[in-house]
Amino acid sequence: MAEMMKGNEAIAEAAVRAGARFYAGYPITPSSEIMEYLSWRMAEVGGSFVQAESELAGINMVIGASACGVRALTASSGPGISLKQEGISTLCDEGLPAVVITQVRYGNGLGTLFTAQCDYNRETRGGGQGDYRCIVLCPSSVQEFVDLMLPAYELSEKYRIVVVMMGEGTLGQMMEPVTLPDFVETKRTPWALTGKYDYKKIGIFERDSRKEAVELREKYAAIKENEQRWFDEGVEDADYVFVAYGVPGRATLGAIRELRAEGEKVGLIRPITAWPFPEKAFAKINPACKGVITVEENATGQLVDDAALYIKKTHKDRNIPAYALTYVYNTPPIRSIKADYHRIKNGEVKEVY
Amino acid sequence: MAATRERKVPALVDKPMDFCPGCGHGIVSRLIMEALEELDQLDNIIFPIGVGCSSNLGAGLECDRLHCCHGRAGAVATGMKRVSPDTLVVSYQGDGDAYNIGIAETFNAAYRNENITVIVINNTNFGMTGGQMSLTTMEGQKTSTSIYGRDCSVTGYPIRFPEIVAREFPGAAYAARGTVTNPANINKLKGYIKNALQAQLNHEGYSIVEVLSPCPINWGLTPVKAMERIEKELIPYYPIGEFKKRGEEQK
Repeated sequence: MAEMMKGNEAIAEAAVRAGARFYAGYPITPSSEIMEYLSWRMAEVGGSFVQAESELAGINMVIGASACGVRALTASSGPGISLKQEGISTLCDEGLPAVVITQVRYGNGLGTLFTAQCDYNRETRGGGQGDYRCIVLCPSSVQEFVDLMLPAYELSEKYRIVVVMMGEGTLGQMMEPVTLPDFVETKRTPWALTGKYDYKKIGIFERDSRKEAVELREKYAAIKENEQRWFDEGVEDADYVFVAYGVPGRATLGAIRELRAEGEKVGLIRPITAWPFPEKAFAKINPACKGVITVEENATGQLVDDAALYIKKTHKDRNIPAYALTYVYNTPPIRSIKADYHRIKNGEVKEVY
Repeated sequence: MAATRERKVPALVDKPMDFCPGCGHGIVSRLIMEALEELDQLDNIIFPIGVGCSSNLGAGLECDRLHCCHGRAGAVATGMKRVSPDTLVVSYQGDGDAYNIGIAETFNAAYRNENITVIVINNTNFGMTGGQMSLTTMEGQKTSTSIYGRDCSVTGYPIRFPEIVAREFPGAAYAARGTVTNPANINKLKGYIKNALQAQLNHEGYSIVEVLSPCPINWGLTPVKAMERIEKELIPYYPIGEFKKRGEEQK
């Protein structure tokens, strides 16, 4: 039965039920309730919790726990996730699974506490040094966030990759009805360090980057082929297709349904995986579509780059314009999205691409 | 008369390691492996390994090991130990890794009294990158980033971390400093390492052994002169001995 839960607490409980047995992190608004909850909850299920001295230490503790084969978690936001990037790169390099939750808040540098989507580029491009990607899941409700925690761990172990749960401040702070999943039983990963050297890990001095590059390309190609997730509605006959994820994706769904009722031929693609980007959804878009429109909680437009790239790839013979509606921070109201749609339709907004 | 002992390679070492002639790392890594063998822990050991010359340890070992981000071995060791409380976790780091870039992780692991063992090879400089100044560089010591000699008035004074652990962290189980300058000191150091490992095995808490180790290449000295430098210059500032013995109450 569904009960009202605060997002961060429901997410933390879902992580435990998905088998997470180690958490290390550092407090930051708007994600702190995840660690507060796990500070007592981990002990109840035989797991471990460390309030780390920094985000750097937190992600490196996750590296240690993951290397020993335990489902490990850290959560943070904005600048905290920046500090974790070296560790995330290391996890990907070592082929160690982990789930990193970011409840995105707005701003550069220290930033603000407003809910936002300003870190899309960092999460989807591999934010640290090197040549890697993380799988990025971007739920639009507390329930969807909860339901994606187990798939997040399963994906991270299947591909030995980091999965970033790209939330928003809103998703952590709001209360919604939630049905929690059952507990899963987990065992240590086959590549766990046990002290017995029963898994012969290849040392850094024996590694062959050219050979690994082939494997890496194959892995990322498999992820792109098999793991795209999205929600779409009304794209086959749409004149304009909105692209929006997370809570703005929900607001946009409300907007397109009202617009449809008013006779406008509009559709929505709501990515659930921001990487791999749901290219397959774009293939469904009406060949006569007049434009794609992203709805984003940031200043400069980040999602629009991918929307433009994939509409170009899937509709090669046509130069379909890509527009960005950027609302900086906070979830845009349906009425704003509708009003801005009409401005685009009337030619008052210049396309980005 | 001591019986002639057969020279054998410790079971956990499978290849030669690439340390410079006259370096102390090889002696220390051998002592660790011998101690593990004598404590019957060859199948119960994970090494989180630092960045720098200490990285070379990983090249020669046949056991569980993970190279950590520079300075973060204290945090990685924490994560490993929390999920594997009965497995020995021994971080192997240099002074630059453990103290310069890693002081937050090193300090906080000791502060939380993680049940891990930390081995720090203190050669008073960043060996791997060409002998730059580190937190343990002696006052007046010339390095590639202190070409006129370390000026402590603007760079701070050489850090004595095991003493900080012994003095400030009541829960810590064991803190010592040894060196490799002669057989007597090497034997003493092996005893320190065994004490540290035994403390961890008994879940007594945090243990650290720092080792004064020669770096002839970067010091610009012959191996023999480098050993003499440790005796004459370093030991007077960095005393060898046990600063916190096992089972000892905090002073």
